[in-house]
Amino acid sequence: MIKLTINGTAHDVDVADDTPLLWVLRDTLGMTGTKYGCGMALCGACTVHIDGAATRACITPVSAVAGKTVTTIEGLSADRSHPVQKAWMELDVPQCGYCQSGQIMSAAALLAKTPKPSDADIDTAMAGNICRCGTYVRIRKAIHRAAEFGGEG
Amino acid sequence: MLNPQIDPLGESRDQKGTDASRRNFLKSIAAASGGLVIAMYLPGCSKTENAAKNAGPAKIIEANAWLRIGTDGAITVLCDRSEMGQGVYTALPTLIAEELGVSPESIRIEFAPPGAAYVNSLLGAQVTGGSTSVRDAWEKLRMAGAEARTRLATVAASNWGVPASRCSVADGYVVFTSRRASFGELAEAAAALPKPETITPIAKDQYRFIGKPQKRLDTPSKVDGSAQFGIDVRLPEMLYAALAQAPELGATVESFDAEKAKTLPGVKHVVQTSAGVAVIADSWWQAKTARDAVAIKWKSGPNAKLSNAAIYAGLKTAAAGQGKEVRNEGDAQMGLRGAVKRVDAVYELPMLAHATLEPQNCTVEFKDGNCHVYAPTQVQQLAQAVAAQTAGLPPEKVLVHTTFLGGGFGRRLDVDFIPPAVECAKAAGKPVKLLWTREDDTTHDKYRPPARNSCSAALDSQGNLTTFKLQLVAPSITSRWAPAVVKDIVDPFAIEAAHNYPYAAANVRVDYVQHEIGIDVGYWRSVSHALNCFTVESFMDEVAVAAGKDPYQFRHDLLEKQPRWQAVLDATAKKAQWGRVAEGRHQGIALMSGYDTYLAMVAEVSMAGNKLQVHKIVCAIDCGQMVNPDIVRAQAEGSIIFGLTAALYDDINIAGGKVAEQNFNDYRLMRINEVPAVEVYLLESNEKPGGMGEPVVALVAPAICNAIYAANKKRLRTLPVVKQGIVV
Repeated sequence: MIKLTINGTAHDVDVADDTPLLWVLRDTLGMTGTKYGCGMALCGACTVHIDGAATRACITPVSAVAGKTVTTIEGLSADRSHPVQKAWMELDVPQCGYCQSGQIMSAAALLAKTPKPSDADIDTAMAGNICRCGTYVRIRKAIHRAAEFGGEG
Repeated sequence: MLNPQIDPLGESRDQKGTDASRRNFLKSIAAASGGLVIAMYLPGCSKTENAAKNAGPAKIIEANAWLRIGTDGAITVLCDRSEMGQGVYTALPTLIAEELGVSPESIRIEFAPPGAAYVNSLLGAQVTGGSTSVRDAWEKLRMAGAEARTRLATVAASNWGVPASRCSVADGYVVFTSRRASFGELAEAAAALPKPETITPIAKDQYRFIGKPQKRLDTPSKVDGSAQFGIDVRLPEMLYAALAQAPELGATVESFDAEKAKTLPGVKHVVQTSAGVAVIADSWWQAKTARDAVAIKWKSGPNAKLSNAAIYAGLKTAAAGQGKEVRNEGDAQMGLRGAVKRVDAVYELPMLAHATLEPQNCTVEFKDGNCHVYAPTQVQQLAQAVAAQTAGLPPEKVLVHTTFLGGGFGRRLDVDFIPPAVECAKAAGKPVKLLWTREDDTTHDKYRPPARNSCSAALDSQGNLTTFKLQLVAPSITSRWAPAVVKDIVDPFAIEAAHNYPYAAANVRVDYVQHEIGIDVGYWRSVSHALNCFTVESFMDEVAVAAGKDPYQFRHDLLEKQPRWQAVLDATAKKAQWGRVAEGRHQGIALMSGYDTYLAMVAEVSMAGNKLQVHKIVCAIDCGQMVNPDIVRAQAEGSIIFGLTAALYDDINIAGGKVAEQNFNDYRLMRINEVPAVEVYLLESNEKPGGMGEPVVALVAPAICNAIYAANKKRLRTLPVVKQGIVV
């Protein structure tokens, strides 16, 4: 049994230590908002926060997060009220939407550390998140907009 | 065998705009799926598997195939196209909402099941593709909404003893002076009325929603992780499957040893399927881990020696053969012979993967004698047909549940991921979700066709264009996907952006040589537009240079009889400040019409040695009447990125029948830090709606390569840019 705290709730999961956190979230716990895209930390679709830091769940063994605080897209806010979610809705950022959980988690982590990010800050923080639909123009605008709403809310 | 009781083609004949060739298209899909009948959904009949979900006190009244009104006033629209980012989940319900006078946000939306009522009149089957969704729905759904409104008003007017023409609708009510009656209380009687004699859709100047930048209806679920993609389907007792497919395309399983795999945690079954060896386990990670432990001996097939070199050599050889005539005006042969100056060039285009971010997947459950297929698919009827064939069930026993699609781009017009999922669920006796890895997805795609296109032009002594000759050489996707359609004609999806060459020339000749390459090729966003626009627009640049003319002005002057083409070209040049860029910056231009949309693009680049920087992309678009301009804009923005990725970075390389590229480390997708400035201009237009899911993609490569030529006088006649000695 591995003890996890996800979105403030404690879970005991019976999985192999080396199981990537992504599959524990998706298959064991049924939290499917976090996505699989590449399995090699190349696309960022699986981004979650571990102790506040944006982390790729697809290459993070579940044993490595025991005792740490994990936040997923489901736990970012209860009602889409996080500034990043509000900005994403205001600008209608998503197209297919598949990468957007990861984009939003990376953006939220950026704003938590850097409340008024420059374009260069955005490039650095968001370059690990691929959007195949190419919503980058709006992602950038939405991060600046979220910063206007006030960082991490 | 066609079911004698139900004639699918007879049904489809009832669809607006269905003509013989489209019926043939449907027929060919039936043929492609082993001659299985495509299950019928009869509008107006009470066959409502989805309605059953609406359990509750309210009665659900089917107004028509797309619209249900509850006696409690709840409005449900069935969206009969797949939402893959292009916005149909918003645009299509908006058409009905406009006619009913209700806000799109107030509508509940479901994805439609397979059904004849949902056949796309532009494609002859229930297909989301070809940038057709709004073009097909524009009349159909407005009329469906208008009919429902007319019926509701007729009932209310009759109850009140007033003329129906004096009644209006607002926010779910029929209104006459101070009286009002809710749609819910009128719906049942309205459905019982005979079809109204006159149905008049709302006039354009009365639109409340159409043509306005309405919010997308799927956004809220896409910012909190709740949107259900195929990969997210969860069913009670569901197991997970990973599939080992032959690395060599077309190879088959000779034997396999699963002893070790079967000892690994969670493994329930190891099954040989029609697509390879599947491992079924309690979780997908367990299935994938065990899959990697199965020792499989593959039997080489016909592609054992296939390579890119062989493919392009084959295309070159085919170019010497006789093609099919696509267009022939004047006498191109004579024109070239009489040239004062002649220009010739050959362009080669690479194969490309779709790389939908959601890898291919499908979940199947056998329950109560039915086979439930949960899939991110662009082709509900075809999904149903192949699942039925695999399951050994009649199609009406296969219920297709369409999820959101994590990208489509044409990949999910193919259904190759469905049969193995059906086989797994059958073998396991439980629901199974089959999910491909990223590597599976990249190495087993239906790739964009490669092409080898040859152009020739003749100029007279004044540098005027007299002759344009183009030979396209490429495999035909439709010959595999719907062979009956192209039995007697040139594949229409091979000659796009070539057959409609717009520039004035006395002699124009276009031919297409179909040359198959041994592996499946697929419809890739913008399909042959991307191949042929690169060819034609790169070549027009070469001809302009040969004529000693400015590339924009040269095109402009040849478009005097093509006002809609000329207008977007001029608008783009103006917005891009053509010819007035900063020192060290260079521009390239491209023009195209496709999907009833007209558009042009200017790329602005600089070169420092062999280092390219793309600074800006400007695109002006005339796509006719827009339903939702903000979604149109989003499609243009995203398509520019999609086109840049293809132009700059990617190709698929095959050796020994195996695809080399595996994941995003070697199949590179554009990232946010690489994105140039993007400017999109939407021109006001009263023309009928044009498609916007695809066309913009096709202009990026020629615009970029023409700009590179302007910068360094090096003409790129093949892609991607990074493999032509240029660093990005």
